[in-house]
Amino acid sequence: MSASGGAAGIVLLYPDLLGTYGDSGNATILAQRLRWRGRPAEVVTVLAGDPVPASADFYVVGGGEDLPQSLAARQLGAVQGYGPLHRAVDAGAAVLAVCAGLQILGTSFVGPDGIRAEGLGLLDCASVQGPGQRAVGEMVVEPDPSLGMPVLTGYENHGGVTTLGNGARPAGRVRSGVGNGDGTDGAVSGRVIGTYLHGPVLARNPALADHVLSSVLGPLEPLDDRDSDALRVERLAAARGLASASAPSTPARGLLGRALRRG
Amino acid sequence: MPARLALALAILETLLWARRIRPLRQPSATAAAASHPSPFDALPPRRAGAGRATPDHKVPFRIAAIRQRLFPPHWGALPARTRVAAGAGAAIGGLSRLLGRGGGSVVGGRATLAIDPHALRHLALGHAVVLVSGTNGKTTTTSLLRAGLSTTGPVVTNLLGANLPAGVAAALAAGPPGAPAALEVDEAWLKTVADDTAPEVVVLLNLSRDQLDRNNEVRRLSSAWRSALADRPGTTVVANADDPLVVWGAAAAAEVVWVGAGQPWTADASGCPKCGSRIAFDAAGWACSSCDLCRPALDVNIEDGQVVSIDGWSVSLDMALPGRCNQANAALALTAAVRLGADPGRAMGAMASTEEVVGRYRTVDAGAVDARLLLSKNPAGWLEVFDMLAPPPAPVVVAINARIADGMDPSWLWDVPFELLAGRQVVATGERSADLAVRLHYAEIEHTRVPDLIVAIREAGHYAAGLEQQGSGAHGRRRPTIDVVANYTPFQELRSRLGRR
Repeated sequence: MSASGGAAGIVLLYPDLLGTYGDSGNATILAQRLRWRGRPAEVVTVLAGDPVPASADFYVVGGGEDLPQSLAARQLGAVQGYGPLHRAVDAGAAVLAVCAGLQILGTSFVGPDGIRAEGLGLLDCASVQGPGQRAVGEMVVEPDPSLGMPVLTGYENHGGVTTLGNGARPAGRVRSGVGNGDGTDGAVSGRVIGTYLHGPVLARNPALADHVLSSVLGPLEPLDDRDSDALRVERLAAARGLASASAPSTPARGLLGRALRRG
Repeated sequence: MPARLALALAILETLLWARRIRPLRQPSATAAAASHPSPFDALPPRRAGAGRATPDHKVPFRIAAIRQRLFPPHWGALPARTRVAAGAGAAIGGLSRLLGRGGGSVVGGRATLAIDPHALRHLALGHAVVLVSGTNGKTTTTSLLRAGLSTTGPVVTNLLGANLPAGVAAALAAGPPGAPAALEVDEAWLKTVADDTAPEVVVLLNLSRDQLDRNNEVRRLSSAWRSALADRPGTTVVANADDPLVVWGAAAAAEVVWVGAGQPWTADASGCPKCGSRIAFDAAGWACSSCDLCRPALDVNIEDGQVVSIDGWSVSLDMALPGRCNQANAALALTAAVRLGADPGRAMGAMASTEEVVGRYRTVDAGAVDARLLLSKNPAGWLEVFDMLAPPPAPVVVAINARIADGMDPSWLWDVPFELLAGRQVVATGERSADLAVRLHYAEIEHTRVPDLIVAIREAGHYAAGLEQQGSGAHGRRRPTIDVVANYTPFQELRSRLGRR
């Protein structure tokens, strides 16, 4: 299966609606990791309102602002229950969905306006708005053993709480951060993977990138990932530092002291 | 310590301090009116100016100067509470400066607003206020506007980037009474500050993604601008007609002067802010594919290096500052300055000679090499920076942090087309240089990672020297100048570390 002329097709879905947090980088990374292995790859950017090709190998959906999320879900056939993304998945394509992308791939989600919207149903999970503050910060996830990869690192920024049904496994257990809200993060079903991890997630987790690629193309040879490895070491240490620093809280030393430190 | 107790202590501290330095006699009103130094300026030279025939010479000069700064005579018109608030703010700001904790205007202004929440409203009275807001170019445009307005007399401004209500209050408290005020305002605070200062002119530059962990909805800012500018009959908006998010925000105002200032970054405005449909951009401008929102007819245009107004004036844009975006900033600042009575030619002359803006675009001595400091905080800013850089193969230092002031999430690096740096060596530096290195790796840009900023510049100097030996350097035999592009907090660190040399 290929998009054109034997090149692997990578569809970046709606970066104008769901591109706020640099998640378009996930498409760049998938394409480069194929090219570096001598396999041609082509990123096809699909903007809102444009037709979505159903014949590509990989689909990447990002996180974004709350209102465009419903628009994206409708355009992907959430109301009809079957659209181009369903066709692509049935034909064997892999999907990586982040944050708002995870939510619209689920069965339903609730925006900040409190209105429940139909999701695509490609992942058996439902999302609602959480009762508390947005979850913002470094996140570390122990991946599901079936994924067979080292610990996942990323940055989360969302107000959603996601509950999985029986048809999906979580992508992993949260070591630090919030994720789905019940100690797990994301959802996995076949070649469809959803997570709350930004960063973008594939920049920090090349093993996840190769997992997505291998799920369609079979085993792949290793690449030089020294830059990513250095970033992983640094971010995992930072997450540990944040976790230990937040345990004993240091009382602020008064208005003047705080103001002076900031001024 | 409870916040209230701390505040009480701060006020007590202020009053005690003010009392200690009270002079023996009142300075004469004329002497005080002759100069209004900011409480935050360095102390004036010991020698008093000619014609200062005042009783001041009988008291130690520094005490008189400090007192005059803490309680300037023009505060006499202010309500008592505002006066105390502004005095406390000035004292705390001064204390902060003495302790080397920064410019002091933010902490001082915060104290002022804590004591008198309406201080900004009172302090703004009598000033012709111009507010400058947008994602990128606020400080530069405010600086250019200040230069343009200075051709008409003294100007109040908050140039150190203190652009929240506290910083605006501190600037107004410090400035000469009745002078026009060129004030930059954080884009999320425009309504609050406009409500308090009743501006004559509001300059709107652009809106784009910035600080992803905080301003997570750019469109919401555009709508907030709308509500800030509606029902404000005395305010003229000078707005960039090329940014749909700005146009949607500005169009609610009673009077708008549309300036064709350009906006190369369009990724945040591809959905119509009015109806959500696709916006089509082309060489002639932009228009929504479904509703009536489109690029308005221009009142001021940039044509062949000239700013041309339909009011009949036109002046040449011959800027010392580099880049397309600074021509745009100048066109917007000039339009606002003319609105406040400045002569276009003279104002442009003052703006054109501006060479640096609070360290931006400044070339400094970094040891074996010179470093030209460029500030870029987000993808839209980066698009403007690429055409300011010395051409390849000149190396570039890129410095990235992700502290609160930068936004804690640096994933915006993936929205920057760093592929455009092809053909150069890039030295990645700053606290998040590892994130940048991964981005450069995938962009296939030659790079090294040197976390310390100054060591990184030195490293780039070695590359530049190597190029020169190969005869392909762009700098000939001269000492190389390295372009250093930094986001906010590494830029401040560079200023303070290199400024001392």
